Amino acid sequence: MNDARKTILDRLRLAHCPDSTPVKCDDQNDPVDSVLGSDERIDCFINRMRAVRTEVHDASHDSWLDILHGVCQARSLNNLLVSPHTRWGAMIYAEIRRFPALKDYSQTIEDWKPELFTAVDAAVTGAYGGIAETGTVILWPDAHEPRAMSLVPPIHVVLLEKSRIYNSLTEAMRIQNWTLTGMPSNVILLSGPSKSADIEQTMTYGVHGPKELIVILM
Amino acid sequence: MNNRVVSEKPQAVYFYGTCLIDLFYPQAGIGAIELLRREGVSVIYPQSQTCCGQPAWNSGYRDEALAVARRQLALFPRPIPLVIPSASCAGMMKMHYPALFRDQSDEATALNVAGRVYELTAFLVDVLDIRLTDLGDPVSVVVHTSCSARRELGVGDKLHTLLRQLHNVEILEPENSAECCGFGGTFAVKQPEISAAMALDKAATVRATGAQRLVSQDCGCLMNIGDVIEKQNQVMPRQHIAELLWERTKN
Amino acid sequence: MSTEFRSNVAHALKQDAVQTHLRTVVDRLRAHRQGALSDDAAFEQLRNRCEAIRADAIRRLPDLLEQFESNAQRNGIQVHWAETTLQANQIVLGIMQQHRATFLVKGKSMVSEEMGVNAFLQSHGIDCLETDLGEFIVQLADEKPAHIIVPAIHKKRREIARLIHGHFPGLPYNEDIETLAQSVRHFMRDKFRAAPVGLTGVNFMVAETGTLCLVENEGNGRLCSTLPPVHIAVTGIEKVIARLDDLPPLLNLLTRSATGQPITAYVNMINSPRRPDDKDGPDEVHLILLDNGRSRIAGDPELLETLHCIRCGACINHCPVYRQIGGHAYGTVIPGPIGAILEPQKQGFNAAAGELPQASTLCGACAEVCPVRIPIPAIINRLRWESVRKNQQSQNSRPVVPGAGSGRKPLEALIWKIWAWCCTHPGIYNRLTKLATRLRNRLPADMGVWTAVRKAPKPAQATLHEHLRTMNIDHE
Ligand code: SF4
Repeated sequence: MNDARKTILDRLRLAHCPDSTPVKCDDQNDPVDSVLGSDERIDCFINRMRAVRTEVHDASHDSWLDILHGVCQARSLNNLLVSPHTRWGAMIYAEIRRFPALKDYSQTIEDWKPELFTAVDAAVTGAYGGIAETGTVILWPDAHEPRAMSLVPPIHVVLLEKSRIYNSLTEAMRIQNWTLTGMPSNVILLSGPSKSADIEQTMTYGVHGPKELIVILM
Repeated sequence: MNNRVVSEKPQAVYFYGTCLIDLFYPQAGIGAIELLRREGVSVIYPQSQTCCGQPAWNSGYRDEALAVARRQLALFPRPIPLVIPSASCAGMMKMHYPALFRDQSDEATALNVAGRVYELTAFLVDVLDIRLTDLGDPVSVVVHTSCSARRELGVGDKLHTLLRQLHNVEILEPENSAECCGFGGTFAVKQPEISAAMALDKAATVRATGAQRLVSQDCGCLMNIGDVIEKQNQVMPRQHIAELLWERTKN
Repeated sequence: MSTEFRSNVAHALKQDAVQTHLRTVVDRLRAHRQGALSDDAAFEQLRNRCEAIRADAIRRLPDLLEQFESNAQRNGIQVHWAETTLQANQIVLGIMQQHRATFLVKGKSMVSEEMGVNAFLQSHGIDCLETDLGEFIVQLADEKPAHIIVPAIHKKRREIARLIHGHFPGLPYNEDIETLAQSVRHFMRDKFRAAPVGLTGVNFMVAETGTLCLVENEGNGRLCSTLPPVHIAVTGIEKVIARLDDLPPLLNLLTRSATGQPITAYVNMINSPRRPDDKDGPDEVHLILLDNGRSRIAGDPELLETLHCIRCGACINHCPVYRQIGGHAYGTVIPGPIGAILEPQKQGFNAAAGELPQASTLCGACAEVCPVRIPIPAIINRLRWESVRKNQQSQNSRPVVPGAGSGRKPLEALIWKIWAWCCTHPGIYNRLTKLATRLRNRLPADMGVWTAVRKAPKPAQATLHEHLRTMNIDHE
C-alpha cells in the first residue's frame, strides 16, 4: 500500500497550491471564552452539567465521602468499582465498611470481562479537570482507573476538584499543557450520560454508555 | 449590509427593468421609476437593455451568459448608480459579474458596473432615505422576502423598513418565512417536481396568514407563489413592492 | 426527460407521511441550532477561526498528513493509505483475516458507508453490526442512512418499533422510545463484549499529536474503540487539522451546528493502542486514510473548499430541497447540499450523481449556516458549468471533474444559443417580447408540471419598454 501513499501525496503536492504557509486568522481566541470568576465558573459548570442530566453535588473536602455514601445508599448499590491506589480511592478504602463491596480494576480487562459487564453496579473515578463553558469533565484514564471504568458500568461517579475547573477546553489544554506533557492512550471529554436522539429527535438516555453520570465536586 | 456607495443623493440613475418585469410586471418598473423621480432623481432607461444573463449563468452556459451580460455593460457608461427592482438580477450584476468577467478584456468595466449596482429597496432606504406618506385604505399584506435579497445581498429588511412607513398597511410574515419559494429560475424547469412541491408549501404558508395581498421585492417569487394561489382559485393579488408603494403614496 | 434522480424525486414526493415526518424533524433540528447560536457576533468570529483552520489544513494537506502519520506511528497507531474504496476494503479484510475475525462491531462512519464495507465484508463471510442506534435501525430495515447525523431521520417511531420487534420477537411490542433504546442496549452489550474487532470513523486527526478525535453521544463509538482487541478507524484524508488548539473551536461549531448541543456527551481522543501499563484498550489501532477522489478535488483552487467540510449536516437541515425529498432521493452516501457538490466531484458527471448540482434553487440557505463557510452555491454554479462546458482547456490532460461536458445536451445548448442571440439583439428581443404581450391570451395553458400546480404565467398587455417610450424619461 506504499504505492497508494506515494500516489496520494504526489497528487496533493502537484495540486495548484504550492504555498504551504499556514493560513492566519485574526480571531485567534475563542470568542466564547468568557473568563469567569471562580464562583461563577463553578456555577456555570454545575448548571451546564445539570442541563444534560448529570447529578452534580457541590461538596467539599470534608463532605464528599458522606455524599458518595448517600449516592450509594440511594441506589442500593451492591458494589463499587474504585481504585485503592488513587488519593481519593485510598480515602474510600479507609472507610470501607461504610460502602458497598469495593472492587479494584486490578487485572487486565480480558481477565474479568464477564464480571465487569454483568456484576459491577457503579464505578468511581477521578477527573483530570472540568470545563465550565460546556459542562464537561476531562477523564485521563491510567493504570489505576482504566478506560472501561467510565464506560461499561451503568453508573459512573466522578470526583472533581473545583480548583481544576477551567473556563474552556482551550484553557484546560493550555494550562495543563496537553501537547507537551503527553496524553494517555485515551482522553475522554465527558458531558453527561450516554444519550441518543436518533428516534424522532427525541432524547433518550443510557443508550450504550453509562445511564447515570454523577459528579461530586470538592 | 449597508451597500451604500455614493454618499450623496445622485441627480440621475440608470434603471434596469429586468426581463421578467419587462414582460410580466411592467407596473413594478413604472412604480419604481415614479418613486425615484418623485425623490428628485432623474431616471435613464437604456432602451437596448434585455436580460442580465443570470438564467444562462445559473445553468452553466457561461459563454452565452457572458455574451448577453457584455451587451448590458455597454449601456451604463456614466458614473452614476444603476438601480434594479429585483434582488435576483441586482445580485447577478453585483455579485456574479466579477466572476463571469474574470480575466476578460472588459473585466474592469464589469467591476465598475457591479460596484454601482443597487437593489431598489436598498437604494430607496439607504441612499435616498425616502419618507413615505400612506394615502391608501387599510390593507394587510404578506411579505415574501426573496432569497437573493435576504441572503445574497443582505437587504431583505429594507422591504420592511419601507412598508412600516405606511401606517395603513398591516405586515404579515408567513411561517417559515426564510425558506425559498422554489422558483430558482431554470430550477423550476429542470426539477419541476421539487419546485412545485416547494411552491405549494410556500403558497400554503402565505395563504395561512389571511393577508389581502402578497408583496415581494422579486417578481420571480411573486409569479411562482401567486400563480399557485390563483390556480387554487384564491384571491390574493400580488404586487411588487415598488408598485404597492407608488400606488399608495401618489397624489 | 426522466433521469434516475428525477424518478427518485417523484417517488419521494409521493410519500406524504414520510414527507410530513421529515419536515417536522428537520424543523426541530433547525430550531435546536438556532437556539444554540444566539450570539451573532461571537458566532461569526468563531466561523472566521474555523474557516481559517480548515483552509490552512487543506492548503498544507500533504505536509500535515505526513506529520500526522509520523506522530501516530510513533504512538503505535498503524497507518494505511488507500487510493480507492476497494483498497480500503481490502485493508480491512486483511486485518480481519489476520486475526481470523468473522465479526465486527461498527460505530457510525460515513466513510465506511462510502466504502460500502458492510457489503464487501459480507461477501467474504464477515458480519458487520451497526451499533449506533440510528444506523442499527437503518441496517435492520436494510436501507441506507438518510442523513449524515441522523441516519434514521425518515423513520417514524412506529416503524422503528415494528423493526425492532421483528428482530427481537422475544420482546413485547413497544413504541416507547426509552424502551426501544433499552432493548437495543441490552442486545448490543453482549456483542461489544465478544467482538474481536471494532470499526469507527474519525471526526478529526490532529497532526501535531497524532490524535484521532471521535465525537458522539451514545458511547458506542467508545465501546467499539475500547473493548475489542483490534480497532480499525477509517477516514478521508481531508480530516486532518494542524494543532490540538484547532480542536476546541471546531468541536464547538460542529456540535452546535449539527444538533444545537454545546458539546456531545463524549469527545473521544485516541492517542495510541494499549500501552504496557494499560489494563484495557485495543492492542492494535489501525487507521485507514481514504483518498477516493479527494486529492483530485484538492487540485482545483475553487472546488477544494468542498474538502473543508466537517460533516455537521447543518446545510442538509436547512436545505429546502432536502426538506422536500429526503436523503434517499439523492441516491448517494452524502445527501443535501454538501452531497450535491461532493458526490458529483467524486463520481463524475456520467454517474447518476452527476445531476445533483441541479438539485438546488441556489437559495443560499446552506452557505448561510455552514460553520466553515463553504460557498456551496458558487460551487454548484461551477459544477453546472463543468457539466455542460465544451472545449475543456487541455492544460491539464485530465478534467477536474470526470465526465466534464457530458451533461451538454444538443437541444438545450441550442436553446441557450438562441436565447443569447435574442438577448444580444435588442431589436429582436423587443419584437419578441411585444409579440408575447399581443398573444397573451393565446399562450398554452398547459405547461407540464409548472401548470399542474400553477396557473400559466400571462404576459402584461404591453412591455415596460413600450410603456416607457411614452413616458417622459431619458432613454440614452
Ligand atoms: S458543507 Fe458545511 S454545513 Fe454542510 S455538512 Fe459540511 S460543514 Fe456542515
